[in-house]
This record gives sequence, C-alpha cells and structure tokens, in this order.
Amino acid sequence: MAKGFVAITAERCKGCGFCVEFCPTHVLALSSAFNSKGYHPPHIVASEKCSGCDLCGMYCPDFAIFGGRYAR
Amino acid sequence: MHADPRGVLTGVHFLDGDHACCEGTLAAGARFAAGYPITPSTEVVERFASRIPTVGGLFIQMEDELAASITLQGAVWGGAKAFTVTSGPGFSLMMEHIGYAAMTETPCVFVNVQRGGPSTGLPTLPAQADMMQARWGSHGDYGIIALCPNSPQECFDLTITGFNLSEEFRVPVMMMLDECVGHMTEKVVIPPAEQIEVTPRRLATKPPGEFRLFEPGENQVPEMLRAGDGYRFHVTGLTHDERGYPSMNVETQDKLVRRLLDKLKPFENGRALCETEGLEDAEVVVVSYGITSRVAQRALQMAREQGVRAGKFRIISAWPFPVQRIAELAGRVKAFVVPELNMGQMVHEVERAAAGKAKVVHVPHAGGTVHNPDVILKAIVEAAR
Amino acid sequence: MNEATLEIPYEIPEDARNPVEPFLRMDRMPHIWCPACGIGTTVNCFTRALIESKANLDKVAIVSGIGCTGRVAGYAQLDSFHTTHGRAIPFATGLKLANPELQVVVYSGDGDLFAIGGNHFIHAARRNMDLKVICVNNMIYAMTGGQTAPTTPVTAVSSTAPYGVSEPTFNLVALAEAAGASYVARWTTYHVKQLARSMQEILSRKGFCFIEVLSPCPTLYQRRNKMGDGLDAMKDYKAKSKIRNGAPTTECELSKEGEIVVGKFVDRERPDYLEVLKAQLHQSLGERYIEPEVSCCSEC
Repeated sequence: MAKGFVAITAERCKGCGFCVEFCPTHVLALSSAFNSKGYHPPHIVASEKCSGCDLCGMYCPDFAIFGGRYAR
Repeated sequence: MHADPRGVLTGVHFLDGDHACCEGTLAAGARFAAGYPITPSTEVVERFASRIPTVGGLFIQMEDELAASITLQGAVWGGAKAFTVTSGPGFSLMMEHIGYAAMTETPCVFVNVQRGGPSTGLPTLPAQADMMQARWGSHGDYGIIALCPNSPQECFDLTITGFNLSEEFRVPVMMMLDECVGHMTEKVVIPPAEQIEVTPRRLATKPPGEFRLFEPGENQVPEMLRAGDGYRFHVTGLTHDERGYPSMNVETQDKLVRRLLDKLKPFENGRALCETEGLEDAEVVVVSYGITSRVAQRALQMAREQGVRAGKFRIISAWPFPVQRIAELAGRVKAFVVPELNMGQMVHEVERAAAGKAKVVHVPHAGGTVHNPDVILKAIVEAAR
Repeated sequence: MNEATLEIPYEIPEDARNPVEPFLRMDRMPHIWCPACGIGTTVNCFTRALIESKANLDKVAIVSGIGCTGRVAGYAQLDSFHTTHGRAIPFATGLKLANPELQVVVYSGDGDLFAIGGNHFIHAARRNMDLKVICVNNMIYAMTGGQTAPTTPVTAVSSTAPYGVSEPTFNLVALAEAAGASYVARWTTYHVKQLARSMQEILSRKGFCFIEVLSPCPTLYQRRNKMGDGLDAMKDYKAKSKIRNGAPTTECELSKEGEIVVGKFVDRERPDYLEVLKAQLHQSLGERYIEPEVSCCSEC
C-alpha cells in the first residue's frame, strides 16, 4: 500500500507536463485520453511509488492535481 | 453625525484659503493625506503635515502625483477618509487615478488650487482653466462632483461638504480652488465640533457572503467596505459586475457606466449648490464661480446702480453642471454673462443648458490675475441692450 | 473522455481537498493563464506559505497591478485589489498605513513593478515600507501580446524588438538591494519548495521584502524565441540554476542562455517606515504626539 495518493481533476488540466516531469518517483505519465478541452491529463502509472509529497500539486499551474498522505 | 473634536480648530481665525482648506479636511474627519509639492497648493499639505501628528493620523509625501493619487485610495480602502492636493500639472498626472476612483466608487477628495497654464504656465498666479479637465480629464465615461469655493471661509466649509458628498455618493470629489482664493487671507470662523455635520463612511450592513460591494442601494449608491473585516472582497478597474468581479461584456458595461453617471444626476437640479441674488426681476444673469464671482459681485453692484436688472447665479457645484437651473432661467432672461479665468470652459455648459433660449456672453481671461470689474460690467450692460 | 485510462487505481480519502482551493475564488475558475504558464505555480507556493505561516486570512490583503501576474488578485479569496499599471505599490502603501494590522502583499509582474512602476518600487524599498512584494518575472509583457520588458534578455526577440533586444537587462535583485529592501530573494517556478519557504519567511518579516520568481511564458517569450514550451523552460531552470544564498546581487545578472543565480541574497532586519516615523514624532513632539488612528469605523 502506497504512503500517498494523488487526486486529479482532469477537466482542469492543460497538459503542461510539469507534474509528470517533476514527480520524484515517476508516479505519473500523460495519458492518451482527452479531456473536453482536448488536453491529455496525467494518469497514474506507478501508484505504489507515491509518497504523497504533493510536489505535483505545488507545480500544477491549473490546480488540477494534488497529493496527500494516507492517515496512519 | 458630528465632527470629531480632535480635528476641529474651533475659533475665529485669519487664514488663507489653502490653510482653511486643510482645517476643513481635518474637521471633515480626514486622517490620511498623500501629497506632492506643487505651487500654489503646497500649503494645504504643509499645514496638514504639521497638524496631523497632534490630531492622530498620517501624512506621507509621495514620490510623485501618480503615487499620491493612488496612495490615498489605498488608505480609503483601509478605512480612512483621505485626500490629496495639487495644481494643474499634478492634476494632469492624477487623471488616471481619478478615473480609477470613479470606476471603483472610492470616496475621496482631490483638491486642485488652479494656476495659470497650460503646462508649467504661471505657478504663482490664478486661473480657472482646469474646470473642463475636472469633468473630462480621465478617459472613458464617468462622473465626478466638483465644488468651487470663493473665499477662505468657503474653503473650510465646502471642503467638509466635499468629503460628505464623496461618502454619500461613493465618488471622488474635486475641490476646485484657484491661486487667488487659496492665497487670500480672510476671517474664517470654525464652529464647535457639535455644530459640524459629517457624513460617516457607509459601511456594509449585510454580512460577508451576502453583501455585494457594487450592488446599488438607495440612490443607486452601494455601501462601502474596508479591508480586514472578513469580507474578502475584490476591487478592480476592469468593467465589473455587482460582486466586483471583472465582467467584460456589453451588458455589464452599459449597466455600470449608466449607474456611475445616473447616481450624480440630482446635482443637475435638486442637489445643485449655488448662490443666487436678484433673479426675480433679472434681465441679465451673471454666471460665475470661484474668485471671479467676487469680482462679478462688484460688477453686479455697479450694474444695478446704473439701472440694469442684473442677477447673480454663483456656481458652487460646477459638476455635474446645474443644467436644469440654467435652463429654467434661460426661459425668462435676456442673456447670461459668463466671466471666467480661462478662454471659455463653463460658458459652454451655460450655452448647452440655455439651448438658444437666451444669449450667452462670454468674458474670457487667459489668467494670471483677476478680471477688472469694469470689463464684466461692460458685458452686462451690452447684454442688457 | 476515456474513463478506463483515467481510472484511479486506489481510494482517495473522503475529506481530501486541494490545499489551494480555499484560497481561490473557485467561482472564477478556470483562470485565464496559458498552458504551462508558471503564474499558477507561484500561487500554489503562496497558498502553501499562507497555510504554514498560519496567517489570519481576513487580515491578508493582496494588491496587483496590470498584466498576467496582475490577475492573481482577482483569483485570490482575500481582500484583493486590482489597481492601475505600475501603481500597486503606492496603493498598497496607503492600505498598509491606514490599517497596519493588515499583512499587505503586492503580487505583480516584472513590467508592472519595474518599468512603469519602477519609481514606486524604489521609494517603497527606500522607506522600508512594510510590504511583501512578489514579482513574477516572465521577461516579457505577456498580457498585451509579448512586448519588450526591461527584463527581456539581450538578443531575445519580442513584438517590439523583432530583431532582438539590445538594451541591457534589468537586474531586479540588485535594484531591490540598492534601494534598501530588507529581504531579497530570487527563485524560479522550478524551485517550488524554496519559493514557498521564502514566501513564508517574508510573511513573518517586517519591512520591504522582495522575491523575484522566474516563470515561463510559453505562448510569447518561449515560442517567439524558439525555446520550446513551458516544460522546456522549467527543465532549463533546473539545469541552469545555481543556488547561491548570500551572493552579491550585482553578480546575479540574467541572460538569455546563461546561468541563473537563485537564493536568498539579503535578509537584514531594519525598523520599518511606521516604526521610524513614530519614533521621530515621539522624539519631536513628546506628549503632544497622538499615535495615528487612520482607519475609522463608521463613527468617523
């Protein structure tokens, strides 16, 4: 079970790629799906590696993603 | 509400217009001023800088008039009654922010002690050539209130009126002095604080979440807010809706701009401030304001002595222009005589209001000194023929 | 949207909320900034700083000028003021002086603060006015279509310098220090952690605090200069930045392709404008001095 989770609001995403690039454990990748604006939102490819550091949330210029830690 | 006695220098004084204006600001409750030195207005803030530390407020001399004209507005949104003071060249620099105050409905006062222009002009000599600029100087459609004192006593009294009107209408008010009125020294009576009426800042009565900063209340004027009270409001110079959020479309623009103008319409008639004399039987009416009205007073006297039925219409609230008052007079007099210390500004408003029903005689003066009463008298006599 | 590909392979706690949302006017989302513009990133850092500093949000006011960064005021769920071009700082000065209880933050762009607003920046820094100034430097006038800014690097192309800028680039941190700022730092939108920490630091400092944040403008600056997109800019910031805390600001010049010196350069405690003014007036007037009570309630 991963330490953290990522929540994505796909409709806000503008496909900039910051979260994918700067996630320290490469949890994310841009998906091949489109949101209604035509952008490729990210999707989780390595959920077990997520530490919930929320760097993705800090980078996202569109407030479309954030991370959190599971309470223990 | 009565004036705060800490700002009221009760007594009988011998003051010039600039100094009396400063006392007016203090009596009105102004506790913040931002200024920049410019002749012949500087004494207003010099006195304020000297007085305010013993009244309880702040003066800051900013780096230019652009700063002064917006710093005072920041202070207003922080909860203060605030003003600035300037003359022609500084007034020109302040224009963008006068527009900002009108657009954001920021209650505040701008004092212009007019001097000879254009450009650097005659820094120490009088003119009344910024009158149109006071109304139209900033870009876009907006309205302001402008008041013209003609004595140091009025510099005191009308400044208080100016602050009160700015609060009542959430609008910037221009106090249009001139170098003569500003630098003439006369008796100024400052009554006890309990006899001075001041209009308090009309803060929101509804709680956060319900209140909308640009939703008109009575008289088409919204209530006001200040930062720090938990309302989390937004103020922008962009065309905005009633929440204050930018809403850049045709419908919002129409609604907002019309209201900014309409809320001041009462000054065209019912709320117009003026002083009249001898209008009952007048055949010629002299329309004047500021220092020129003092000279015109002499000319009127001389005209009556010569048997000319001359009446006086002294403009005190120059903007919005008292259109309906003049229009009504135009129906029953032969002519208006309009002396002013400029090459023709308020005369055009008189012409507009008269709409051809009466002759309008212009008595211009490029500025630098006041008219000779004989010149005005001559115009009155000729107009009466 | 292809639901299958975006399926989240685990559970998200019921009460999970994006930490930035309480600070935004969510009724105005989505914002107007371009894909991969860094302004939103700086806003995330600012909200983290507000959370960490446990600021009373009712007492935080934000003042912006005109430009892309100037739109931050409109999106922040605080008492916010979108003022005129270049004049956020004098407005903020008046606001702070009228109510010193307020934490007044100026959030604006490089052109707004240093071209048209340059004089006001200098004097507020000189006075050590208690203002927190965050300057998002995208090295261009973005909102109006990509004109030259005083920060646009030499040889870079803009819409008003189609053959390349030839004017020397403004070193903002050096100006801030020279004018008298108490705190001067520079980060980029790549340095989200350090930026958030700097922003948190200034919220607890007194005096004129300045943070410059380099940010991509993919639509105009990057595209016109064939420098890729926003992500390319971010990778560039990562590769070319050198953290040099305490470096002399005069050695922190920026250029089109060169090194980017980041860090905290100045952190010197000095009494702020109001402190000094009041002390002076106490000295001169003694008992006659009455402390300013500028902000009135409706009883004035």
